[in-house]
Amino acid sequence: MNFPQNLKYTKDHEWLKIDGDSAFIGITEFAVSELGDIVFIEIETQGETLAQGDTFGSVEAVKTVSDLFMPVGGEILEVNPTLEDTPELVNSSPYDEGWLVKIKIENSDELNGLLSADDYKSIVG
Amino acid sequence: MCEISGFNILSPELHLIIILMKYTIFNEKHKAAGAKMVEFAGFEMPVEYSGVTNEHINVREKVGLFDVSHMGEFWIKGDMARDLVQKITSNDVDKLEPGKIQYSCFPNGKGGIVDDLLVYKYEKNKYLLVVNASNMEKDWAWVKECNTMNAEIENASDDISQVAVQGPMAVNLLQKLTDTDLSNIPYYSFKTAKLGGIDEVIISNTGYTGAGGFELYFYSSEGNAIWDKIMEAGKEFGILPAGLASRDTLRLEMGFCLYGNEINDTTSPLEAGLGWITKFTENNNFIDKEFLLKQKEAGLKRKLVGFEMIDRGIPRQHYTVVNAANEEIGEVTSGTMSPMLKKGIGMAYVKSEYALTGREIFISVRNKDLKAQIVKLPFYKAV
Repeated sequence: MNFPQNLKYTKDHEWLKIDGDSAFIGITEFAVSELGDIVFIEIETQGETLAQGDTFGSVEAVKTVSDLFMPVGGEILEVNPTLEDTPELVNSSPYDEGWLVKIKIENSDELNGLLSADDYKSIVG
Repeated sequence: MCEISGFNILSPELHLIIILMKYTIFNEKHKAAGAKMVEFAGFEMPVEYSGVTNEHINVREKVGLFDVSHMGEFWIKGDMARDLVQKITSNDVDKLEPGKIQYSCFPNGKGGIVDDLLVYKYEKNKYLLVVNASNMEKDWAWVKECNTMNAEIENASDDISQVAVQGPMAVNLLQKLTDTDLSNIPYYSFKTAKLGGIDEVIISNTGYTGAGGFELYFYSSEGNAIWDKIMEAGKEFGILPAGLASRDTLRLEMGFCLYGNEINDTTSPLEAGLGWITKFTENNNFIDKEFLLKQKEAGLKRKLVGFEMIDRGIPRQHYTVVNAANEEIGEVTSGTMSPMLKKGIGMAYVKSEYALTGREIFISVRNKDLKAQIVKLPFYKAV
C-alpha cells in the first residue's frame, strides 16, 4: 500500500498536501480499500470557512456512508469538479486525480498535530 | 478476559464465533482469488473480489460465478409431501409439474413471513425446498412444527453446495461442461444431469440477478473441482467471481425482495407485492389463508414500491419516506446507487394512497429531504 512521503495524514484516513497557504485534501489508499467502490461524493461546503474537525462532506460506498472531516480549519476554496460524475476516481487515484477539496489554511499551527507518512503507516499497518 | 494455564483466552463470545463459523467448500478458492471475506449467516463468505461495481457490470454484460453454498436445502418426501408443502407455502403447489420450480413463501401464522423460498418438484412425492441461509434453522424448526401429517423431511443443508452462474454468457459457458441441452431447460425449470464431471447436478434455470443463467446444486463431497472448471471454461467469456455485495445490487436493480429488508416476520406477502405467489384457490389451504384473504378484501394499509432518486443521493435501509408536507409516509427497505442506471434506487413501504407509479415522494437522507419518484419494477431491463 502506498503512503506518499510528501503528504500529511490524519487518523481519520485523510491526507493533506500543503501548497503554500492552501492545501489539497483527500482520503488515503487504506480508506479506499476499506470502503470499496465509491459511488457518491457529496460536498456542499464550497466557500464556507470550517474549523478543524468539522464535517465538510460525505463519501458513500456501496454499503456505507462516511463523513469527511477538516484535518485543519480553513475556507473551502474548491471542490474537485470531476467527482460529481466520476467518484470512482477516488478509488483509482486517491492521492492525485481523486482529491476532494482545496482549502485555505487558517492557522498553520494546526498542521503540527498531523501525522507523517510513517506515523500513519504504523497506525493502519 | 480469563486465563487458563497461562494462555489468554479472548472473550467467550469471540471464542464461540470461532467454533461456530462455517465454511463452504470453496472457501480457499475465494481467499486465493483475493476476496474480501465477511461473516454472513454464520458462514465466512466473499463480499467482493475485484470490486462490487466491476462484478455487477460483468454479470450484466458477460458472466459471473457466485458461491451460494450457504443456502439451506430441505427434502420433503413421501405420500404426505404434497400436503405439507401445500400447507406451509403460499403458492399453489398443485400447479407445479415435475421438473418445474416455484417461488413461494412460508406465511408465519401471524400474517408475516418466516422466509421466502424456491420449491422444486421432482416427482409426485418428492420436493426440494431451498431457503435463505440466514433463516435456515428457524425455517427447519417451522417445517418440523407444521409437519403434523408426518411427511418424510430431511435437512440436507450441510451436504449440498450451490453455485450460481449468472449472465448472458452463462448458457454457452455451462454447455461446454455438460451433454444435456441447456436450451431445453426453460426459466424456472430444472434437470438433473452430469456437469463438470459431477454426476447428478441439479441444473436450475433460476437466479437472483435478472441477468439470466443457472444455479447448480451438487453434493459438497463431490463438488470441490467444479469452481475451477467453471472459471476455466468461462475464461473465453470473460467470467469473474462475484460476491455477496454484487448479488445484492443485482437483485435490487430487479426489485427482488430480500428477507430481512423487504420481507420479515411482520410484513404480509400481499403488502410486499407477493400477491402473485399467494394463491387463494380452493385446493390451496395454506397457513394464514383466511387472514390474508381478509387483509386483501379490507385493503392494504401499506405497500412495497420501487423508487428512483430525482435529486442526487443514495437511499439506504431505514431512511424515512415523507410527503411534500414533511409528514412521514413510510420507510426505505433497501437502497443503492444502481451501477447500470447510475442513480440512486430503492424500495420502501409507503402508505397505500401514495403507492402510485409516477408519484413524487421525498427520502430523508440524513439531514435533507431529497426528491424521488415511484417507478415500476424492475428498475433495470436488459435490452
